[in-house]
Amino acid sequence: MGWLFDPAHWSGSTGIPLRLLEHLGYTLLTMVIAALIAIPLGAFVGHTGKGGFVIVGLSNALRALPTTAVLILVVLWAGLGDFPVYVALVLLAIPPIMAGTYAGVRAVDPATVDAARGVGMRESGVLLQVEIPNALPLIYGGFRGAALQVVATATIAAYTGAGGLGRFVFDGLALQDFGQMLAGAVLVALLAVLVDLGFAGLQRLTVSPGLRPVGTGGKK
Amino acid sequence: MPGYAERVKVVGIYIQGGPIGVVVATGGIRRVIEFRAVTKRFEDGTIAVDELDLTVEAGTITVFVGPSGCGKTTSLRMVNRMIDPTSGTILVDGKDVLTVDPPTLRRGIGYVIQQAGLFPHRTVLDNIATVPLLSGWDKRKARTRAAELLEIVGLDANFGKRYPAQLSGGQQQRVGVARALAADPPVLLMDEPFSAVDPVVREDLQNELLRLQAELDKTIVFVTHDIDEALKLGERVAVFQTGGHLAQYARPTELLAAPANDFVASFVGRDRGYRTLTFLHADVPVHPIDTAKLGERITVTDWTLVVDEENRPKGWLSGVDGEVEVREQDLISGGSLYDGTTLRGALDAALSSPSALGVVVDGAGAVTGVVQAGDVIQALAKARAAGEVPK
Repeated sequence: MGWLFDPAHWSGSTGIPLRLLEHLGYTLLTMVIAALIAIPLGAFVGHTGKGGFVIVGLSNALRALPTTAVLILVVLWAGLGDFPVYVALVLLAIPPIMAGTYAGVRAVDPATVDAARGVGMRESGVLLQVEIPNALPLIYGGFRGAALQVVATATIAAYTGAGGLGRFVFDGLALQDFGQMLAGAVLVALLAVLVDLGFAGLQRLTVSPGLRPVGTGGKK
Repeated sequence: MPGYAERVKVVGIYIQGGPIGVVVATGGIRRVIEFRAVTKRFEDGTIAVDELDLTVEAGTITVFVGPSGCGKTTSLRMVNRMIDPTSGTILVDGKDVLTVDPPTLRRGIGYVIQQAGLFPHRTVLDNIATVPLLSGWDKRKARTRAAELLEIVGLDANFGKRYPAQLSGGQQQRVGVARALAADPPVLLMDEPFSAVDPVVREDLQNELLRLQAELDKTIVFVTHDIDEALKLGERVAVFQTGGHLAQYARPTELLAAPANDFVASFVGRDRGYRTLTFLHADVPVHPIDTAKLGERITVTDWTLVVDEENRPKGWLSGVDGEVEVREQDLISGGSLYDGTTLRGALDAALSSPSALGVVVDGAGAVTGVVQAGDVIQALAKARAAGEVPK
């Protein structure tokens, strides 16, 4: 662990803080792009109840893709850089978010949805004001699962010459510097925990107390 | 409905054995609902409703009752276009519902469903304010209105901040009713609203609905599979038969006295003679009864009614010889009490009493005397002779 605590490794353009930020950057941007694609798709299919097989098929197909293979394919097509990394990571993040959203919207009590229509909400209102807010716990479930995978897998960015904590792993491997490799792995694990805690906090802020298990939410 | 809110005015304050609240009602707007040759055939070919012709009178509770698959719920849901008919016309206040955009139509018609269907992520107050907010009221006015409604349906103000999951089934259904009434719609559709709660709570909710209706004068369509509920709540009852046929549409007393066919007769049930008594209020002679209090020494000759300090019945004493002290452990518990309302209550009090004497109580629960089953039968005969029982 000496490598990790060496002050020389905590500054400069190849230092730990910068690599951490790069890694966090890959993760957050990936999650935003994946959410923008997966949540509307999952919500739409969940709301209409049509095309559920598309969601399941697409999810399974995407899950079966080896991320490294996707990365190499995109590098061959578009060249080195950040772009192939984002393509590979977004494809990795979509299935759990989409499945969570779809399942969450489907799981909303049909009586609640019937009442929403019955009191005069338009379809958009039913989806945005009732189904999505009630599906949030499951949407977050999928989202946080995806985020963990993305943090772990973002190490492969270094494989194509990009940055992130993967640098320490790949460089350590090339130099037979196992201290550096271990430091990289530990930092990835720590970041994963932090990212998950961050999203857990966001979930607490945005999910209605009425959806927490009975007895813990709201004021009695 | 634009301009709707402006017509809302305060019509009075009521104090009636419940919460004190301000009743807000629409000034004199009463809506008739007409079904004209309405048929609903589903995609799989089943006919849910078959050529339904029926007029729901303004300002009444009309109950659609029947076994499952009889088309009662489908008929109800066609009124606010949750389902559209295959053919035929439904008019609300003379206007064909098919010419109105469904969300706009629904905002003007209260809707209460089984299990209440509250929005779990919204507080009780926000649930109630849903329709006013959808109709463009400002937030403060909607909240104020929601708080009023909470009182009207008999819930304490501190329920407003809670979430539906923190409420009992009965409380949730009260909120469901409040949500339906929030924008003061002249028409209310209630789809088996009380069938998911226990019998005691159900009776409370039924009585509450009758009390509310006496104040609000809405046109209410109420769907149930429970014939007792139908007879209790309905001013008019439409009995639906499997296959979507309307078997009979009549007042409860007519339904009991003269079922239109075998189906109605069997659906109304074998004890319909007994149920008829619910609708009769003829006088039954009240006989005096010996009473005693706990701790007194009395000579028991026949059945003696033991009462508490406020003269409320505690139980019966019998089967002892000579002078005894009245002790709690010797009491035989009594049957139901007759509060002087319907003949059914009088007969039940007599039949359920160990002494065969039905205890009559006044509004405060104090004993005023006893009734006997024979007197009830005579009162029924008198009512029959006077033409009060429909033939």
